[in-house]
Amino acid sequence: MKKTMYEKIWDAHLVRSSADEVPILYIDTHLVHEVTSPQAFEGLRLNNRKVRRPDLTFATMDHNVPTTDRSLPIKDLIAAKQMETLAQNCSEFDIPLYDINSPEQGIVHVIGPELGITQPGKTIVCGDSHTSTHGALGALAFGIGTSEIEHVLATQCLLQHKSETFEIRVDGTLPFGVTAKDIILSIIGHIGIDGGNGAVIEYTGSAIRALSIEERMTVCNMSIEAGARAGMIAPDDTTYEYIAGKRFSPKDEAFDAAVEQWKQLPTDDGAKYDRTLILDAAEIAPQVTWGTNPGMVTDVTGQVPDPAEMASTDEKQATEHALAYMDLKPGTPMTDISVDRVFIGSCTNSRISDLRAAAEVVKGRKVADTVNAMVVPGSQAVKRQAEAEGLHDVFRTAGFEWREAGCSMCLGMNPDTLMPGQRCASTSNRNFEGRQGKGGRTHLVSPQMAAATAVTGRFVDIREFSS
Amino acid sequence: MEAFKEHVGLVVPLDRINVDTDQIIPKQFLKRIERTGFGEFLFNDWRYLENGDPNPEFVLNHPRYTGASILISGVNFGCGSSREHAPWALQQYGFKAILAPSFADIFRNNCYKNGILPITLHADVIATLSKAAHKTEGYRLMVDLEEQSVVCPDGTAHTYEIGDFEKYCMLNGLDEIGWTLQYETDITAFENQNRL
Repeated sequence: MKKTMYEKIWDAHLVRSSADEVPILYIDTHLVHEVTSPQAFEGLRLNNRKVRRPDLTFATMDHNVPTTDRSLPIKDLIAAKQMETLAQNCSEFDIPLYDINSPEQGIVHVIGPELGITQPGKTIVCGDSHTSTHGALGALAFGIGTSEIEHVLATQCLLQHKSETFEIRVDGTLPFGVTAKDIILSIIGHIGIDGGNGAVIEYTGSAIRALSIEERMTVCNMSIEAGARAGMIAPDDTTYEYIAGKRFSPKDEAFDAAVEQWKQLPTDDGAKYDRTLILDAAEIAPQVTWGTNPGMVTDVTGQVPDPAEMASTDEKQATEHALAYMDLKPGTPMTDISVDRVFIGSCTNSRISDLRAAAEVVKGRKVADTVNAMVVPGSQAVKRQAEAEGLHDVFRTAGFEWREAGCSMCLGMNPDTLMPGQRCASTSNRNFEGRQGKGGRTHLVSPQMAAATAVTGRFVDIREFSS
Repeated sequence: MEAFKEHVGLVVPLDRINVDTDQIIPKQFLKRIERTGFGEFLFNDWRYLENGDPNPEFVLNHPRYTGASILISGVNFGCGSSREHAPWALQQYGFKAILAPSFADIFRNNCYKNGILPITLHADVIATLSKAAHKTEGYRLMVDLEEQSVVCPDGTAHTYEIGDFEKYCMLNGLDEIGWTLQYETDITAFENQNRL
């Protein structure tokens, strides 16, 4: 029988499957962070249960860590308590932890691939919806809640229903100035924020194949913003080259043997997906969101939409709410919108290639006087690499703040937040109301677009800016 | 988890689509290490004014909905993050069931694990129920899990789908970890077979 990649990974991880029960799926890797795990560890203690496989569990601190000087005490005592709790739990249950002072610390979805923990064919879970990021290497990776974290800690398994498969094929060549971020924002604009609800998306097509692994991570990362359970891309030579030599990747003959196995993973010719959507890369323009969810997005050459033109009453009301919150008027060209803040970071766009692309744009230029801009590398390793390449000097000279690694202003659990009414060009993944700070207004863009916006003080078409 | 058989409660309509988990429980309240204490922060940014007073405009603050335990909302309820703090906040506020035309995937799973029943009904039915809740003060519904139905005051019943296992877990307040652990020999066999 011809199978999709999802079906192959699913079948290979079934511990138990019978007609009248929910299948039990084995989990190869469990990633843990400070915010969604404390209640799960507490649950284990209350029931006198152990962590079944601490050796398959990895923890880091990312969501609420400060991105300022790490030698100073953490001012937010509740956040400090949460980090301390993770450290105690990892110590008690013997789980490896990359804590705030570790040279490997970083956003969980940045360090997983970086350390070679993320590998093709694996099942990977984490108490964070952007776990779909790891699908970029051909893994089945998805976010889970705290009860499920406890379940995986105790059993190394999950009770799972099989998902629908959804192929999104992007053929053709991306135009100049158009990035992986624009691909995924454009997809979400097409199918809507519930367009992939519960499905496992496999991204295929020549435009996807042409992406680097870091770019593929950007695409898979935002699968959840279309409601998908997971997003994945078949492994290929680009994947194997990326994995080779990483700390936890197989070495020597073991690596060759692993590659042979990984080559069996891609979807068989003729295998059937439940749904397929085909897009032309050539038609994708740089994207900017105008509203309060990632589906409220348009080309940078577009305008703020008119609620009166929405298809349904619900959509009309939602658009009215969004425009009121965002303080935008229908018909305003996106390039007329000015910003107060620029944030380059998050598990979507904080890797070295993102920082290189942004630095290329700001090199020799200055951040507009009206703008406060910051760069938050995704991990300490990304930060070290950027500094070795002198990118931090490029950013600082231009007027950007250069910070320590963490989730930072993607969700503003740490002190990095927008003030009420502030407008931000952000490379992150969610523009929900209050996401970056109560009353803050978020516009999602690519790193290049964010960098150019920092310079001009308003949204600008990167294709004109860079040419 | 507390078992759920049936529930009769006051209905509050939240007429919005795509209500995301950042609205249900904003991130500034995710730093607690306990499972409790989230109810007072449910819908915080909509529910309270800048000065901390209740926002009289927000539907949960209308006196007629005090004590509501059934929430009706629009499509894709619970989209966004995987934070289980969202169902915790809803449950600790007092909600037992949420009715919507669709739910986000992870949120729906998280509800089942906390004894909150996410009920998917056709958009037309949701619109009808929401209108009735607006029109009639004290509008109550009965949510029956055994029968998989939502019963209106006039006796009209709307049936809904739920997975057999989810239903079994909710009806019995089942400890799912205990369920999986009964198959520990299968897990060990899988690990041995795959050299994990």
